[in-house]
Amino acid sequence: MKNLVVLTGLTILLTSTAMTSTTMADTAAKRIALSNNYAGNSWRQAMLQSWETITKPAVEAGIVAAADAFTTAENQATEQAAQIQNMILEGYDAIVVNAASPTALNGAVKEACDAGITVVSFDGIVTEPCAWRIAVDFKQMGKDQLVYLGEKLPDGGKLLEIRGLAGVFVDDEISAGIHEGVAENPKFEIVGSVHGDWAQDVAQKAVAGILPSLPEDIVAVVTQGGDGYGAAQAFDAAGRDMPLIIMGNRQDELAWWKEQKDASGYETMSVSIAPGVSTLAFWVAQQILDGQDVPKDLVVPFLRIDQDGLEASLETTPAGGVANVEYSLEDAQAVIAAAK
Amino acid sequence: MNWLSADRLRLVVPALSLAVLLAAVFWIQPRAMSYTGLNLLFNLAVPIALATIAQMLIMTVNDLDLSMGTFVSFTACVTATFLQSNPLLGVLILAGCVGVYAVLGVVIYLRNLPSIVVTLGMSFVWGGLAVLLLPAPGGVAPDWIRAVMVSKPPFVPMAIIASVLIAAVAHWIVIRSAFGVVIRGVGGNERSVTRAGWSVLRARASAYALAGVFAVLAGMCLVGLTTSADANIALRYTLLSIAGVILGGGEFVGGRVSPIGAVIGALTLTLAASFLSFLKISPDWQIGAQGAILIVVLALRLVLNRHEGRTAR
Repeated sequence: MKNLVVLTGLTILLTSTAMTSTTMADTAAKRIALSNNYAGNSWRQAMLQSWETITKPAVEAGIVAAADAFTTAENQATEQAAQIQNMILEGYDAIVVNAASPTALNGAVKEACDAGITVVSFDGIVTEPCAWRIAVDFKQMGKDQLVYLGEKLPDGGKLLEIRGLAGVFVDDEISAGIHEGVAENPKFEIVGSVHGDWAQDVAQKAVAGILPSLPEDIVAVVTQGGDGYGAAQAFDAAGRDMPLIIMGNRQDELAWWKEQKDASGYETMSVSIAPGVSTLAFWVAQQILDGQDVPKDLVVPFLRIDQDGLEASLETTPAGGVANVEYSLEDAQAVIAAAK
Repeated sequence: MNWLSADRLRLVVPALSLAVLLAAVFWIQPRAMSYTGLNLLFNLAVPIALATIAQMLIMTVNDLDLSMGTFVSFTACVTATFLQSNPLLGVLILAGCVGVYAVLGVVIYLRNLPSIVVTLGMSFVWGGLAVLLLPAPGGVAPDWIRAVMVSKPPFVPMAIIASVLIAAVAHWIVIRSAFGVVIRGVGGNERSVTRAGWSVLRARASAYALAGVFAVLAGMCLVGLTTSADANIALRYTLLSIAGVILGGGEFVGGRVSPIGAVIGALTLTLAASFLSFLKISPDWQIGAQGAILIVVLALRLVLNRHEGRTAR
């Protein structure tokens, strides 16, 4: 009798392991690493948090063997190249990269590919052809702002542009999109441009510095995210009329927007990339390791918040954080299918 | 105890720290103990070693170059653009850079300016030029540089051969050649060099120019490894190069430098970062831990220096 119990127990155990191994495909022994170049702002913190939230259960469920996140101590391409080379040495099967530079890591990425490692880059993508790219259409993100402004302010007017960090391609891309949008909608004119480095305090200082030299009738501020609240503070401190400031999904920006909305019916929109895109990259890497046919170029959907969705988004966004969504395996499969 | 001269003792600590770190890395990550492993560990140290030698040359004449990082970034940008598309113009620009370095040496000496301020100012110039040249990351490494940097010589990986070669050449120039004696003399006792009939101006100008040459080589090597450049690619080299010289037994003043030590220092710094990453230390602590390694090595040196002082007496 005792034997029978043990035997049935064993059978159940065996069948259950057999079942998991069939449903979990071939990636159970695979190890994935996240190579991240920077963790110094709320977006990146949320990105790492999302990675943890999604990959931990995935590792526990045996979908992959490991999903370790690494961040370089300083935001430098040379350091990240060294970090990727270390990951090759540690024998990871896939490396998910948010790159400090689209080109300066190509040497290290090529080394990884040559060692048979799957490299998936996202957000900060790499141009090395052997890697997968989950790109953000930053240009479109800039252009969308002008499309929104065109609808909202049919008369056009003068704009202030807040840019990101000089010399970073994201900054160039978003700005190019904004300028393209202005060219298509000549009622608008950019009268000033400052670098806000995607940080509220820098943006506030930069805007406060340029405001005295700008005309009074600025109708809107086009931004890159992480700079809207600082811009609002600068306008407020200067005693200027509050223009329409495009937001970038940060909690402080959304909270300020809500405050203004309740007080005076202030209207704007907010657009950025959800930091949870790291989890999309994770699933894409898992799918590639699983032997799925995945196109090399994928596109990340934007996370846009409009007037109606403000309250709901603000509720789910932690203080100091960024509005976020985490992606599931099904979402990743949908993105892959859309790219085919 | 004759073989253990002061100069050799100066090398013992850096060499020992490198050996200990390397042993630790091999222990944690046995995969590193191979041809490919060693190359992956050290190939990014090659440009750092070159920049460290450049910084060392400046430090030999009691100066400090705070523009090293931006200058290497700029030369990397030139290498990935002009040197690739129009080699002649590229060579001319790089030669011009070396010329600028020589002029800097002259100006700093003649006007008696603090090198820190001048080079800090130059760092903005180089940084600006680099952004002008490559506003967005890009460019392509010239094929021949790429070929050299990814070459796989038999038995010993490229990174090791390059490091040994850099150390040997720099050792010959700074320690063995007459020119090296003069520039070390300038750092040690400028007046006696003048009295001996040497031109301090010429010595300083050539020390700066030579530093420019090594820094240009650093930029070229870096692009060979990364395949393309961006304007901020080597910003960290300023502090890394200074730390490398000090770690390798050099000193800020007095013309007391060690080229072999400087290369070892650069390798140690690179390895320390990898070691910490293999240990899976959280990035928030990594900079601190890297600093701790530096302090430990320097403390060791201080102890040995005291010992050196006592035996000399």
